[in-house]
Amino acid sequence: MARVIRGRAWVLGDNISTDHIISGKYKFAKINKLEDMLPYVFEEVIPEFYKKVQPGDVIVAGRGFGYGSSREHAPRLLKLAGVGAVLAKSFHRIFYRNSINIGLPVIIVQRIPEVTEQGDEIEVDLEVGVVRNVTKGVEERFQPPPQQLLEILEAGGIVEYIKKMNRLPW
Amino acid sequence: MSKPRTLTEKLFEAKLGRVPETGEIVVVPIDLVYAHDGTFTLALDVMKETPLLSRVFDPKRVALFIDHAAPAPTVAAALVHRVMRRFAKEHGVRLFDVGTGISHQVVADEGLIKPGMFVVGADSHTVTGGAFAAFATGVGSTDAAIAMATGKLWMRVPEQVRLKLSGEAPGYIMGKDIVLTIIGMVRSDGMIYKAVEFQGEGLKSISMDSRMTISNMAVEMGAKVGLFPSDAVTREWYRANHGIEVPLLEPDAGAEYDEELELELPRLEPIVAAPPNVDNVKPVREVEGIEVDQVFIGSCTNGRYEDYVAAARILKGRKVKEGVRCIAVPASRKVYERLLRNGIIDILVEAGCFVAFGTCGPCIGAHLGLLGESEVAVSTTNRNFTGRMGHKESKVYLASPATAAAAAVTGRITDPRDFLPADARLMVVDPSYSFKP
Repeated sequence: MARVIRGRAWVLGDNISTDHIISGKYKFAKINKLEDMLPYVFEEVIPEFYKKVQPGDVIVAGRGFGYGSSREHAPRLLKLAGVGAVLAKSFHRIFYRNSINIGLPVIIVQRIPEVTEQGDEIEVDLEVGVVRNVTKGVEERFQPPPQQLLEILEAGGIVEYIKKMNRLPW
Repeated sequence: MSKPRTLTEKLFEAKLGRVPETGEIVVVPIDLVYAHDGTFTLALDVMKETPLLSRVFDPKRVALFIDHAAPAPTVAAALVHRVMRRFAKEHGVRLFDVGTGISHQVVADEGLIKPGMFVVGADSHTVTGGAFAAFATGVGSTDAAIAMATGKLWMRVPEQVRLKLSGEAPGYIMGKDIVLTIIGMVRSDGMIYKAVEFQGEGLKSISMDSRMTISNMAVEMGAKVGLFPSDAVTREWYRANHGIEVPLLEPDAGAEYDEELELELPRLEPIVAAPPNVDNVKPVREVEGIEVDQVFIGSCTNGRYEDYVAAARILKGRKVKEGVRCIAVPASRKVYERLLRNGIIDILVEAGCFVAFGTCGPCIGAHLGLLGESEVAVSTTNRNFTGRMGHKESKVYLASPATAAAAAVTGRITDPRDFLPADARLMVVDPSYSFKP
């Protein structure tokens, strides 16, 4: 994973749940492979998201992103769809943890969600800890993830980290 | 003399040999790890990725549950179940198969969870275990795989919140009314990452079944864990259910918390969470009269003995309103058996309920009672997101089993006090309590 992520913003509101990202219904339907669930990502929020999203695009949301289920399908599908990072005012903890574990950067920012409009260009520098809305010329600093978590993100997730280092991250 | 410690600090101290700082990232040994048919296959994929993860650290501390789509409603689910049975056999891991019940209830039924334990489950409602003074929290499949393979997991030590429950709850109040009131107070993101510790003299009147409901929904306010102390009520529950003595585990007097809140129990009234968010709470009286198509009494939140006793008090001698379907799914076979012994299943069936064995199906919209377009449900489950239980135009009101049963009888959202005798006590602290129909 690159330390600098650049892409277009997909703007969402507060309380985006894992059910919004991928409905629990699809888990026991005739779908076994993660790729098969892509058409249903954000189906009620941004129809056809999987066709519209481009690699590196960034989700910019309000409070309480990732509310709900522990299903890892939610962050995995966002990553699989090409989402480069999720920025939100706050994240529910299992989603946050799952995202780090699978190598999807999740960043807590307050100002950027207030000013960002759909399609604005966003740049995230993970190591320095800065998010820029290039279109609006607004910059916000954030607390970069601790070194251990940054290493996991950089490896592309905790499993990739373990495979690369042949040991657990602790 | 050392500084007074919170319950959270005591639990971490017992594992680490020291009191960690809040916010510190620590690696904790895990006493119990579990997953279910909704999350296990993804965990298995992770375990297959590297030899470092393709093992089970201790089969006695790992459990698998077939509870989310049980019995299998689709061929895809049946294949998942097959993979789980094979894995359990190969690794000597306990598998709780179709009909045993929902994981969070079964770990209590089987005595797999005890005060002081660190428990992770690949299900967000693993927090139910906080009722037993266990540091129990939900994780994803990758974390579950790592915990199953290594017996350890990294954790950030959460901020601690004291939530004091003062006074005694009125007799018509259940754990669900308490926790929905709290969620309405703090909102669905109000406790993100935090350890919420329930304290105060009000605990004496809160039964283990209701404590499980309250801890279960701690995740609905964002909390990492919703912890009850191990007190006299807890100890009596372990004696009655498992014939064992468990230690008292309580915070020290004078322990300092990052935040303190108080809820006056005597002021509570029956409450619902209106769609489409769990924190959209309203007194039942405010939404009375809304017509209902389906009532569901069950799930890991409210599928316990006490819950069906409360429902039976209202359904006894009455009928489910014509045109309404009332689905009752006890959370586990053990709960079902006790209800059967005490005549409560009879009351449910005679009233016209559809009664089935424990499964998560209806709560997650997987099977056994999905909602059609524009239908309205009163449900004792934990989430009312748009489309959660079926069609995207359906609506779910979350409520206590008493409120749900009242809706089943009238076909409308109804205050359960209309059907309860003035002296009814719906939370039953005595574990040997037997309802006399």
